Amino acid sequence: MNVAIIGAGPAGMVAATRLASRNHTVTVLDEQPQAGGQIWRNITGATTSLAGILGPDYAAGASVAGQFAASGARHLRGATVWDLTRERRLHYLHEGQTHTLTADAVILATGAMERPFPIPGWTLPGVMGAGAAQVLLKGSGTVPATPVVIAGCGPLLYLICWQYLRANVQIAAVLDTSSGRDIFQASPALLQGLAAVKDIRKGLSMINAIKEKKIPFYRGVQNLQVRGEASVRSISFEHQGQTHELETPLVLLHQGVVPNTQFTWLLRAAHDWSETGACWIPKADQWGRLHDLEGIYLAGDGQSIAGAQAAVTRGELAAMAVDAQLNPAQAASLDSRSQPLLSRLKKDMALRPFLDAAYMPKRENRIPQDDTIVCRCEEVTAGQIREFVRQGCMGPNQAKSFSRCGMGPCQGRMCGLTVTEVIADQLQIAQEQAGYYRIRAPLKPVTLAELAGASDSEF
Amino acid sequence: MNTVLFRTVQTDRSEASAQTVSFDFEGRQLHAPKGITVAAALMQNQVLHFRDSPVSGQPRAPYCQMGVCFECLVQINGVQNRQSCMTTIEEGMVIRMQQGQTTFTVIQTGEEQ
Repeated sequence: MNVAIIGAGPAGMVAATRLASRNHTVTVLDEQPQAGGQIWRNITGATTSLAGILGPDYAAGASVAGQFAASGARHLRGATVWDLTRERRLHYLHEGQTHTLTADAVILATGAMERPFPIPGWTLPGVMGAGAAQVLLKGSGTVPATPVVIAGCGPLLYLICWQYLRANVQIAAVLDTSSGRDIFQASPALLQGLAAVKDIRKGLSMINAIKEKKIPFYRGVQNLQVRGEASVRSISFEHQGQTHELETPLVLLHQGVVPNTQFTWLLRAAHDWSETGACWIPKADQWGRLHDLEGIYLAGDGQSIAGAQAAVTRGELAAMAVDAQLNPAQAASLDSRSQPLLSRLKKDMALRPFLDAAYMPKRENRIPQDDTIVCRCEEVTAGQIREFVRQGCMGPNQAKSFSRCGMGPCQGRMCGLTVTEVIADQLQIAQEQAGYYRIRAPLKPVTLAELAGASDSEF
Repeated sequence: MNTVLFRTVQTDRSEASAQTVSFDFEGRQLHAPKGITVAAALMQNQVLHFRDSPVSGQPRAPYCQMGVCFECLVQINGVQNRQSCMTTIEEGMVIRMQQGQTTFTVIQTGEEQ
């Protein structure tokens, strides 16, 4: 049977490897030139010294990528899926042509993206996501040549600091929006996280490495503002009641990652608002089977943020369920065969409740003040959205027609969460009630010439 | 912008790929290591101003490096709206900034048939 997997990160690679070993015909479509996803980006191409800088968790991706390469699954590199229907018909762009493929099962292993960080000045050249900086390091061996300010919160923030120190990149300051109190309040969740003692130790050693280098480390910072005209000149913030301003040409922002839900919204899948993650979670069961969507699965961080190890386990679970769908003989025993994987998943995710609680992005960095740009493409501010609400706007789709908010090239990826939260906050309603943008194909730009050359594709 | 903002990470010399490609950005001949993205190639050449926003003409630069923010759009070999963070740099590429809204060139005017 034919299985299409979108995304060649940990979950996609593992699912493909498992399904190919069960004699399914598997096609993996991925936008990158090499497998690995964002977490293991360029894993097959990185030099040993680059892998050394990135650390052992990165290097661990090599064996998964190796098994995938040897699995017999077809890997379409540089393939961009720009439409997917509920009938599992995929339209994708590959080498300048669009193709169509119909699959018996589709696994969306489309992962996560950095949560937008709407603060004044975040559109200035010189501001980038910390995850973006990591992608530059992994994929292109590119690092800042000048001292950089890193602001926000979350495990990835400390990870990039640790990697930058190993790469001899100068860090001017770390502006942590989380405080000691957040960590203290989240600490009961650590009891459940004791299984992840290795991860806790890893996190602490990273924070210690930053402290050892005597890098200015401000905790519990508020009111972050990036300043500059043509590009970043400085960043200002409040710390313990005092206002500071640091001159810098480069600012890296980060406040966690969220599931990339572009495909599930396109499919009109049901989503829940996660209070602990402040993001949308597509409705799916423990195997990633999407609610009300026959034969379409989610695997990895697209299910909820849980990291690479969990993504590997979830890839295996999704593969097992796909195999059971396509091989009715396997269906009866799916439950019992999944038990070991489900207990492994529980361990993989043991530290999650603590991380979610400790590094929940602050309200002021999710629901910005009036003059902050929310929609970067069409330059719509939070204040404008609040004004639309006062005029009767009930949700993100109406906000679009008021202002083109969310209608630029990024199709709402960078403003969607903020717009939902700003509207829900203003109306004092649940995020589910405010809703989300109606996402439509094409998900990525396709030229007329590429469309004109369309052809059907075989597995 | 005179400050050197980005550089290649130092890797062992034996491993470092000596291969570079040359390309044209706004009429300047630039060089970058083979295999990296257009966005990274420009940034290694200290280019941070990729385009001007269509609404207010503000300068913009890559923000996400993974294909979601569309801030890194440039014109590549005559085709506009290319995501430079998702495109591998190639020898001889001609790259242009995207300045504000696109205007269409009228190739031919005449009566409709």
